[in-house]
Amino acid sequence: MDTSSVTAEGSACISERQNFILTTGKSKSSIHCADDSLAGSVSQRACVFCGARVVLNPVTDAAHLVHGPIGCATYTWDIRGSLSSGSEMYRNSFSTDMKERDVVFGGEKKLATCIDEIVGKYHPPAIFVYSTCVSGMIGDDIIAVCKAASERHATDVIPVESSGFLSGNKVVGYRAAAIALMQLIKPREGETVEKTRKLNFLGEYNLGGEKWVVERYLREIGIEINVAFTGDSTVAALKQAPGACLNLVQCTGSMHWVAMSLEQEFGTSYLDVNFFGAANTAESLRKIAQFYGDPEMIRRTETLIEREQARIQPVLQKYRKKLAGKRAAIYVGGAFKAVAIIRQLKELGMEIVLTGTQTGKKEEYDNLSTLLDPGTIIIDDANPAELEKFLLEKNVDVMAGGVKERVLAYKLGIGFVDHNHDRKDGLAGFDGAVRFAREVYVTTCTPVWNQLKAAGRRV
Amino acid sequence: MLECIPETPVEHTTGKINPAKTCQPLGAMYAALGIHGCLPHSHGSQGCCAYHRMHLTRHFRDPVLASSSSFTEGASVFGGAANLKTSIKNVFAIYNPEIMAVHTTCLSETIGDDLPNIIKTADIPEGKSVIHVNTPSYHGSHITGFSGMCKAMVSYLAQSDGATKKSQMNVLPGFVNPGDMREIRRIVDALGVNMIMFPDTSNVLDTPLTSKYQMYPDGGATVAEIRDAGNSEVTLALGSFASHDAAEVLQDKCGVTGIPLKLPIGIKATDDFIMAVKDWFGVEIPASLTLERGQVVDTLIDTHFHYQGKRVAVFGDPDHVIALTEFLLAMGMIPVYVLTGTPGKAFEAEIRKMLEEAGITGSRVKAEGDLFELQQWIKEAPVDLLIGTSYGKYIARAEDVPFVRFGFPILDRAVHPLMPVVGYRGCLRLIEQISNALLERRDRDCLDEDFELVL
Repeated sequence: MDTSSVTAEGSACISERQNFILTTGKSKSSIHCADDSLAGSVSQRACVFCGARVVLNPVTDAAHLVHGPIGCATYTWDIRGSLSSGSEMYRNSFSTDMKERDVVFGGEKKLATCIDEIVGKYHPPAIFVYSTCVSGMIGDDIIAVCKAASERHATDVIPVESSGFLSGNKVVGYRAAAIALMQLIKPREGETVEKTRKLNFLGEYNLGGEKWVVERYLREIGIEINVAFTGDSTVAALKQAPGACLNLVQCTGSMHWVAMSLEQEFGTSYLDVNFFGAANTAESLRKIAQFYGDPEMIRRTETLIEREQARIQPVLQKYRKKLAGKRAAIYVGGAFKAVAIIRQLKELGMEIVLTGTQTGKKEEYDNLSTLLDPGTIIIDDANPAELEKFLLEKNVDVMAGGVKERVLAYKLGIGFVDHNHDRKDGLAGFDGAVRFAREVYVTTCTPVWNQLKAAGRRV
Repeated sequence: MLECIPETPVEHTTGKINPAKTCQPLGAMYAALGIHGCLPHSHGSQGCCAYHRMHLTRHFRDPVLASSSSFTEGASVFGGAANLKTSIKNVFAIYNPEIMAVHTTCLSETIGDDLPNIIKTADIPEGKSVIHVNTPSYHGSHITGFSGMCKAMVSYLAQSDGATKKSQMNVLPGFVNPGDMREIRRIVDALGVNMIMFPDTSNVLDTPLTSKYQMYPDGGATVAEIRDAGNSEVTLALGSFASHDAAEVLQDKCGVTGIPLKLPIGIKATDDFIMAVKDWFGVEIPASLTLERGQVVDTLIDTHFHYQGKRVAVFGDPDHVIALTEFLLAMGMIPVYVLTGTPGKAFEAEIRKMLEEAGITGSRVKAEGDLFELQQWIKEAPVDLLIGTSYGKYIARAEDVPFVRFGFPILDRAVHPLMPVVGYRGCLRLIEQISNALLERRDRDCLDEDFELVL
């Protein structure tokens, strides 16, 4: 590795971390990633359970039962802004609330009782049972408990093997969730789901109603969504998943494996799409229309794109005037999101000076590099000290990231835009592009920053 | 919307639905942030650490830093000793804190890592400290973890230099906001007594925006101060669940008299706090505090008809709920449902005693309850007001009850960590919030002909 390209020395970083940081255009070598974090680091990463929980949580009418001590359930209680058009069941927090006794003698019995009581109270069409560090460590056989409960209640009780210690990488949790979803979807012996002209939308979590936005576009061009994975989905709708003729894949980190499994099991092909930003949205709609190959559909798609672009471009131009030349940093969970944000910020005339993810893969980082100008810092699994150092060094005006990065950015006097679980406004589609531009503008150009400058002059 | 509970009463005997507590490590992490130059360390897998930081950040809206032993499958099989030793080395090399406060997680507890021995044999740089507390998540709650970390501060750090004590007092403030800790300091300053408060998160989690990020902000009790706490004459331990244990250990270890008190929320608990300082040090109560108290009484009289006789449900952390219930009774309200998620029969006994003294019967009081239960009670017999953490908003909406946010966590409103609920000023804030919630409801619901300008 060309170490001269690495600027992370000093207090922010120790030598073991240098390979996780890269400057585009200067180094021939590639980034080190998907490794475990160093013991003792202040990582922004989470755990397997977290990954599994965020993927499955939006299944609206299922009960989500966390088998472990209370914390795991509390911290994941309705923290994702996934909206529902029907049941609000998923917004309850169920925990077996394991105690010492359960850790010593095993928690299987308690788990079975909790399942029985949930069925008695709510009769949900499915219960997802998540394992956690402790239930995994003491060897509770959640698969057996779930199987027995399924038979007892004639309902789907699906185990999610998401013990936190398995990895610090959420992607492993995405897989655990994917396996659970495949188990739920699998038709019973002798049953088949008839194929339709509808499509599934994988990796769409309906944050701020984003699924509904895309649904409107697709309906206009003549396509119905069969079911989204998992935004605003129901158990019954998910079971119809094999009936789709196409799977759209949006969040690649969480859903590629599901798409491949669906292709294998049910012969459904898939398309990568991205509805963040006007250009991405247009491109994705065209790809979908091409897949169906219906000239009328292609015509309607072009009409839609033309109309929407004509409507939003003047607004985006206004924001572009204010934002052109501003410097942006991106630190998000996965590379899919990073790519989407890079394109949008560039469309707004902004310069990307720092990009990083918690869980990016090598190919994804290679892809990122091609989108970025030379000199951009790319960083894997950053700690706050590293983020701070580069944010200041690169004189960043605005940052896109998650909860923990928000307060850090603010403290440094840098604007912040949430592209993560905490976002409340849908950022997908043409209107989402406008909303995103507006959010970037509001935080970058708020008059409140003047107060900070004024304070600097006085003190 | 929010069909959180079935229409008819159902059996709920095991597990939790919509919990009113979280796990020990979060409390330990919060307490550790109240030591100056401290990096809290989570000995377990990364998820725990990320969750605690996120939860605290969402409440305080300030950066929360903590490191993790980053357990993976290997550490879980072979034990986490190597991870902790490497962590200690890395933390001091990279982040260079004054002190590292380690708490365990359910994972490392289940494996059975022997922390005292690991720490003893670890490479700790000269002049730096490492303290620890065992915080298995399957025991107690975040309040238990907070209490445990306070105890660890005392047992690792506090020292008595001899028999003569300094004319100074310790205050253990409990799991309260930085704004509350500031207010406690303001009151004690007004009384003119030297105080060591630990933990103290003021100027750690309510820092000003300066464009300069300080990894270790200026606030927090220094290690030297906590050490010197062993030389104080007296410790005021605020809140039986969060603070009393640490005061007891300090009394046993260093002979510092511990005085158990409630959190100074409400007029009587604030009086008790101030009188305890006055009685011990023989100081005069300054006119400024007397005036503040008078303002509270005046405000209570100005507003009493808004809330007197109203049925109220309260939930939250035990020390908060105990003190608030006392104040609600003083205001003439009727606490019909009082619930905490933290286990402890003492909670139920203390609340029952207060209710009995006030001549109130038929209230439901529960420790280690959950919000499913609370909502069931409210559905059975409604209340006029709900007071509790942000999680109460589901119940408030589903049952259409006015709602006052109080305690930890508050995830959907800002500014609250800076605004005290302790002391006389805290009384004014609570009176304002409670009256306003009821009056807003009246304005919203009344017919046009009953809509009044002056209330």
